[in-house]
Amino acid sequence: MKSIKPQMLASAIGAAISISAANAAGISGDTVKIGVLADMGGVYADICGAGCVTAVEMAVEDFGGSVLGKPIEIVSADDQNKADVGAAIARKWLDTEDVDAITGLVASSVTGAVTEITKEKGKLALISTSASHAFTTKACSPYNAHWTYNVVALANGTVKPMVQSGKKKWFFITADYAFGHALEGVASKVVAENGGEVVGTARAPLGTTDFSSFVLQAQSSGADVVALANAGSDFVNSLQSAVEFGLTETTDVAGLLVFTPNAQALDPEVAGGMRLTTGFYWDLDDQTRAWSKRFKERHGSIPAMGQAGAYSMTTHYLNAIKEAGTDEAEAVMAVMKQNKPNDFFARNAYLRADGRMVHDMYQVRIKNGSERSNPDDIFEVEKVIPGEEAFGPMLDQCNFVASK
Amino acid sequence: MLNISKSTLILVVLGLIAPYVLYPVFVMKILCFGLFAMAFNLLLGYVGLLSFGHAAFLGTGGYVTGYLVMETGLSPELGILFGTIAAGLLGAVFGKLAVKREGIYFAMVTLALAQLAFFFFLQAPFTGGEDGMQGIPRGTLFGFIDLNDSLNMYYTVLAVFLFGFWLIKRTIHSPFGQVLKAIRENEPRALSLGYNVNDYKWVAFIISASLAGLAGSTKTLVFQLASLTDAHWHMSGEVVLMTLLGGMGTLFGPLVGAASVVTIQNYLSGGELGNYIHIIMGVIFVVCVLAFRSGIVGEFQKFMKKNFN
Repeated sequence: MKSIKPQMLASAIGAAISISAANAAGISGDTVKIGVLADMGGVYADICGAGCVTAVEMAVEDFGGSVLGKPIEIVSADDQNKADVGAAIARKWLDTEDVDAITGLVASSVTGAVTEITKEKGKLALISTSASHAFTTKACSPYNAHWTYNVVALANGTVKPMVQSGKKKWFFITADYAFGHALEGVASKVVAENGGEVVGTARAPLGTTDFSSFVLQAQSSGADVVALANAGSDFVNSLQSAVEFGLTETTDVAGLLVFTPNAQALDPEVAGGMRLTTGFYWDLDDQTRAWSKRFKERHGSIPAMGQAGAYSMTTHYLNAIKEAGTDEAEAVMAVMKQNKPNDFFARNAYLRADGRMVHDMYQVRIKNGSERSNPDDIFEVEKVIPGEEAFGPMLDQCNFVASK
Repeated sequence: MLNISKSTLILVVLGLIAPYVLYPVFVMKILCFGLFAMAFNLLLGYVGLLSFGHAAFLGTGGYVTGYLVMETGLSPELGILFGTIAAGLLGAVFGKLAVKREGIYFAMVTLALAQLAFFFFLQAPFTGGEDGMQGIPRGTLFGFIDLNDSLNMYYTVLAVFLFGFWLIKRTIHSPFGQVLKAIRENEPRALSLGYNVNDYKWVAFIISASLAGLAGSTKTLVFQLASLTDAHWHMSGEVVLMTLLGGMGTLFGPLVGAASVVTIQNYLSGGELGNYIHIIMGVIFVVCVLAFRSGIVGEFQKFMKKNFN
């Protein structure tokens, strides 16, 4: 003990305090860096991709380009819808480029891999376009915020009213991978809970182009509703086959996950009249129209729901940094959960303890050709679904919420 | 006793200092793919067998290690060991069937078998399908080296890589390796000299598959993730590219090729050219095959021989 001089001890304590103080407040790396990770050139490029980057840029510009006197930077990368590519990029961003939060996040497989890394490194994952509800249940983390929508909201929004209106027999054409299985599972549960039954399922591999055998199975099943538990080009192709085989004349076909670019790409003859659930529609009111107009001027097309979600969550994130006085992930997340997001996208919204952003969802109908006044005029909003009804109660599956 | 050549010494020294200069995860990726390509090169470069199914072994190593470490809580060294053994066993089965054929038929048989493996991984419940296995813990090596520290992980990977490198070097310089080269040069002659050609090919196939599995197992621990990408036939094609680009039939070629391909992919994926990544790789492949067939290391060796001997 003799060898330790008091001054040395004091300076050591002082240094320790100053280090912990530096951790508790301020901006790491003197800049707030947001990484946008999305599929930029593949099947999901239209629903997030470059549009998500544009949306995040708009959010940063609208915020003033800096927070707490420090600049806000944006980096972006293409995950190619591959979990390992996404994980490698995320790891590089967090290890060497001092990225504070990762947003975008489309394919559920990529999001799963990235959220494991953000959890390990203690950085935020702001999920804009993924569908799986795992990120706020089984695979939840205190660093996840899941915006826009999830499979539960889709099933509650689209399936429930149809079962309740008397369509009791359901047949699923499902994309044969994790997202499709999750969507089918949640939707089947909703069917059963409301007194319906699932009379059959057909699992089609991702990227199937010829859906004829699946459609024929559906046709011979005697179902009242054929639900398409797939997305993107799979949705477009399966719906087109259903129309070609005359399935839509005898039964209802429900698209469970439809993004505006997909609906826009389809011939109104094919898709007109279909009801679906969405987290956002550009033509909702003046606020959404004003933002969407600005978005379209920069990006060239109307925003998909995940792109509007990316703007909303970035804004909420930056506001939280401002209020918390730091970009330290846990402090920022605490403020994000405490303050309610409120903008053109997030209506009656709050971020639940498990990281789920609960907000109003919309049940819409795809307009027929004669009803459309311009190419962007594709949906008619029939009903606003209150957030709690859409997303359901918080399930007791998230370990960090239960332990608190 | 230790007969270490100059080039090997340079490799070891570069390996030791690399994590202080470059991003460790990046170097680990190069080492894993380098080992994978070297394993592949053992077959292509030294026996003259073009396997188009090596992704199956990379994937098997990765999935088996991932499953054991994550679900049964096995330590990482045992996880890697069993992953390697599993890939070796699969290699034994595939190899037994494939070595009966030659040339394009050999390639097609390996491709077909690898596709079987791919669809097994796609459908099997434990692999997580398209999502892959995520959040695989790195654990502690031998119970006291914490692999979550990136330098510890790096030197573990380097040790694994150097072990693989040593084994391959040892193999090709052994009498066994001489027979392999004889088979490559003139198979009927090797046969007429009394060598059981198919058995030699089979053993080489098993060694190659095991080392590919070792690379996959190690890669899984580095990235804490096992996904279908590793088992997809694109990966089998990529390893051909790495080997040809670096220099087929040279000891260092595959490593140089792997480093080039990984660097190009890494560089492109972050930039404006991200969308053209496959086109650019394709052009490089074509140029390589047309203009410098013996690859980077092969051309370098030729150049040295011509000018300095």
